[in-house]
Amino acid sequence: MTSSIPLINALSDIVGKDHLLYDAEELLVYECDGYIVEKKCPDVVVFPISTAEIVEIVKTCNRFEVPFVPRGAGTSLAGGCLPVGGGVMIALTRMREIHEVNLRDGYAVVDPGLVNVHLTREVSGDGFHYAPDPSSQGACTIGGNVATNSGGPHTLKYGVTVNHVTGIEVVLPDGTVANWGGPAGMPPGFDLTGLFVGSEGTFGICTKATVRLTRNPAAYRTMLGIFDDIQTATRAISEIIGAGIVPAALELMDQGIIQAVEAAFKFGFPLDAGAVVLIEVDGLEVSVDDEAARIKELCHQVGVREMRTANSEAERLLLWKCRKQAFGAIGRLSPSFCTQDGVVPRTRLPEILQFIEKTSQKYDIRIVNVFHAGDGNIHPILLFDERDQAQIQRVIEAGDEILNKCIELGGSVTGEHGIGVEKINFMPKLFSENDLTVMQEIREVFNPEGNCSPCKMLPTAGACGMEQIERSHPGRQAAL
Amino acid sequence: MSTTTDNPSAQPESTGPQNPVLETADQQVAAGIPFERFLDCVHCGLCTSACPTYLETGDENNSPRGRIYLMRAVTEGKIALTEKVSGHLDLCLDCRSCETACPSGVQYGRLIEPFRIGMQQQAVKEGKPKGWFEKYILFGMFPYPARLKLALWPMRVLQKTGLDRLVDKSGITRLLPQKLRRMQNLLPKLPPSSPPLPTFLPAIGEKRARVGLFTGCVSEAMFSPTNQATARVLQQNGCDVYIPRTQQCCGAIHYHGGESKPAVELALANIKAFEEQNLDAIIINVAGCGAMLKDYHHLAEETADLSDADREKLVNFAHQVKDISEFLHELGLLPPTGEIPLRVTYHDACHLVHAQQIRQQPRELLAQIPGLKLVPLPESDICCGAAGSYNLTQPEMADRLGERKLQNIRKVNPQAVLAGNAGCSLQLQATLKAAGYTIPVYHPVDLLDASYRGVMPAK
Ligand SMILES: Cc1cc2nc3c(=O)[nH]c(=O)nc-3n(C[C@H](O)[C@H](O)[C@H](O)COP(=O)(O)OP(=O)(O)OC[C@H]3O[C@@H](n4cnc5c(N)ncnc54)[C@H](O)[C@@H]3O)c2cc1C
Ligand code: SF4
Ligand code: SF4
Repeated sequence: MTSSIPLINALSDIVGKDHLLYDAEELLVYECDGYIVEKKCPDVVVFPISTAEIVEIVKTCNRFEVPFVPRGAGTSLAGGCLPVGGGVMIALTRMREIHEVNLRDGYAVVDPGLVNVHLTREVSGDGFHYAPDPSSQGACTIGGNVATNSGGPHTLKYGVTVNHVTGIEVVLPDGTVANWGGPAGMPPGFDLTGLFVGSEGTFGICTKATVRLTRNPAAYRTMLGIFDDIQTATRAISEIIGAGIVPAALELMDQGIIQAVEAAFKFGFPLDAGAVVLIEVDGLEVSVDDEAARIKELCHQVGVREMRTANSEAERLLLWKCRKQAFGAIGRLSPSFCTQDGVVPRTRLPEILQFIEKTSQKYDIRIVNVFHAGDGNIHPILLFDERDQAQIQRVIEAGDEILNKCIELGGSVTGEHGIGVEKINFMPKLFSENDLTVMQEIREVFNPEGNCSPCKMLPTAGACGMEQIERSHPGRQAAL
Repeated sequence: MSTTTDNPSAQPESTGPQNPVLETADQQVAAGIPFERFLDCVHCGLCTSACPTYLETGDENNSPRGRIYLMRAVTEGKIALTEKVSGHLDLCLDCRSCETACPSGVQYGRLIEPFRIGMQQQAVKEGKPKGWFEKYILFGMFPYPARLKLALWPMRVLQKTGLDRLVDKSGITRLLPQKLRRMQNLLPKLPPSSPPLPTFLPAIGEKRARVGLFTGCVSEAMFSPTNQATARVLQQNGCDVYIPRTQQCCGAIHYHGGESKPAVELALANIKAFEEQNLDAIIINVAGCGAMLKDYHHLAEETADLSDADREKLVNFAHQVKDISEFLHELGLLPPTGEIPLRVTYHDACHLVHAQQIRQQPRELLAQIPGLKLVPLPESDICCGAAGSYNLTQPEMADRLGERKLQNIRKVNPQAVLAGNAGCSLQLQATLKAAGYTIPVYHPVDLLDASYRGVMPAK
């Protein structure tokens, strides 16, 4: 172990001896998050309970010149929590208070370790919810959502995390506490809250967040369009969006997924369909029927085979369960799988899907698709058997090829899972050198020593003993 | 790369991960677990916040994902089974909340249970078996209702005479060894010692099914009125009810405590007790025992030296077992008519909601009782800390979870709390009592029975 006894003692004085880990056996669990390709144990994990303790921890790390990295629930799929260079991991999982709920003004002030869905649960009795709903919402934390600017199926209509966080308290990498924004939303001056959201822990540690609460819609209509082939399905999606309709969600599942999901949940999907699209509209009771009718008409115009409507809340929830737990069902198709996360402009969806199909044939790797069609966020899932080394290599190459194509089509290599360490090599392809330099300079304003979350997001050649992220294994195995 | 021609006996080079060879004593703890079961876990972390011990501590070593990681690392020989590691595994409630949360279908119970059996066997091999409390009180007394009844007798006299409160106050109980004292604190107001149920009770009205009633050991001693209520409700619903005297403890306390051999012996004795009657179902009103009985087919898989005939019996028996609420829901409840004007809340026993996936059935049965108002309990499916004998072996965490449950009950302020498991009832009653609350804890079937009889449930 590289860390010194004095460091452990100093940290123990801050958080108490029951709230830190330093035994190798206990650190092991913290060697990776939802991304299991790269592994590295921190030297110490601390569990602070207050902003004041975090300030002291950060100052102590600086005094001992060790790096530190924040961690929420560890559901990152890009290795955001990897403690590159070791050091201190600051786990925020004991800080899970809801400090204030103000329904009249529609906001709440919460701790960073609060689980996303716990906030919604707290206010659901009053007819409210917290809108950003990543598929991991049952586990991931608000702090982690802030750091990665999480989205979810309802992002299309309601926006991502940055649209729902109006203020934050931050412990900067030098131990200073800053408060930006607040319940009132946009104060004059720089939008530093907006800047911080999505910084993946490289600007400091979020210790409190003021978030919007959204009133539940009065009514929903949840439909399922069944298409003979995936091309017709994507055309229908373009038509819907093109007509100026913004559904609350628009999710596509292709034939492979349909088969897996049907095996798991027995919803009654037709197994010969090329694709199904889950469409949800919400709003006032009077308007949803109108919108639903227009959507059905558009789907019929492009040649949908069949439109179904969920007739009860139970049916609606089952449909959503099929979608949100789709990846759990993939285990039924193949022993191992790797989910990619890319974005293309919506109009290029047919092209990227054709490309994925071709790539699948080229590498002889089966690929199935389930994705947030409304905003062009694709999640091709590459199926393989991890006992076959040759397949693994092909999966890595096929994945990279698809992501490169996304960039070529004017898109990006991550829709919602972040850059972390996993996709750091793609940054120079996404941005010009000047762009990257500006980003680095901004980071240096907050994090001049680079001690906080080193080697994340921005490629800084040779800075921290991890020059290049070598990938001997396909990326993540689970996630949509 | 070496080729097989160099050395004809060499294995062809493998292309994927090999299952580890279990060399050290620590690794052998996992001998009963097919390694593939660890690989089912894709490390997504979606289960963490379903786990009570993680919610309380925030430490992933106390989460399902962490525990799977620890067990796997021990199995692979990456880490030793240190005291801290086994501490994290012992702190697991085996509540299976993680199984409900996991979209990948990881069978967590089938990892932790055989692993614990391995830990226990290793401890015996090393000559440091569990302490006197586990040996004599937990394994020695709980599974035998007659012994338990006898041991509870002094408590019963104390309660009857009202002396128990005096004793509580006098502090005499503080002189008892700590674990016995916890047991005394856990004891509910004991029912007057009642004669056992007859071995047969006939259906009332049109005959709809032929069932056996499993009365359980702890519950028979402490909750015999609930067993009587269960029998009456079954009769009311047209069931012939058989209650064989030769039935034994379900074996859960042993099995979960890591003692698999006595668990198998008890299982086979139970099968013998019920097998002659040619029953449609075997009914159980204790979630913990029900989960164990339904798990007999896993017991069959995990126990090495069993005859094929015994194995088959275990599997068949497991399929016959039904929780009372599950059975009544399937059969179609004949609606009760007596009004029970109470505002109540329902706590999901882990071994019902997670281990048996029974969530809606009891709620839908309760909804048919006229006048009863069922208010939802926040975190209803987070363990109350009872978890079988957990409140005796992990007192600190049990108390924390009891307190958490209490705070949630406070939020809805009910006139009674309902739970479908004897262990939960014990824990809930003790927690409520300690906090100065006088509201009763019932089994849903107690209320059904009261409604059929047109009376209010006994306090
Ligand atoms: C099955 C599955 C499905 C998913 N679905 C989605 C999805 O639909 N949409 C989506 O956007 N993401 C999704 N994700 C990715 C992930 O859940 C999100 O990125 C989530 O926001 C991470 O939250 P967390 O609490 O787990 O953070 P962690 O994984 O602990 O951390 C993520 C990053 O945030 C940093 N961080 C954590 N807390 C703080 C803090 N308080 N201050 C500063 N930095 C911090 C960490 O250093 C790290 O870089 C999914 C993941 C899984 C496993
Ligand atoms: S047990 Fe299931 S939910 Fe938990 S980390 Fe493993 S795969 Fe994910
Ligand atoms: S069984 Fe319960 S306590 Fe154990 S890991 Fe699963 S959720 Fe946690």
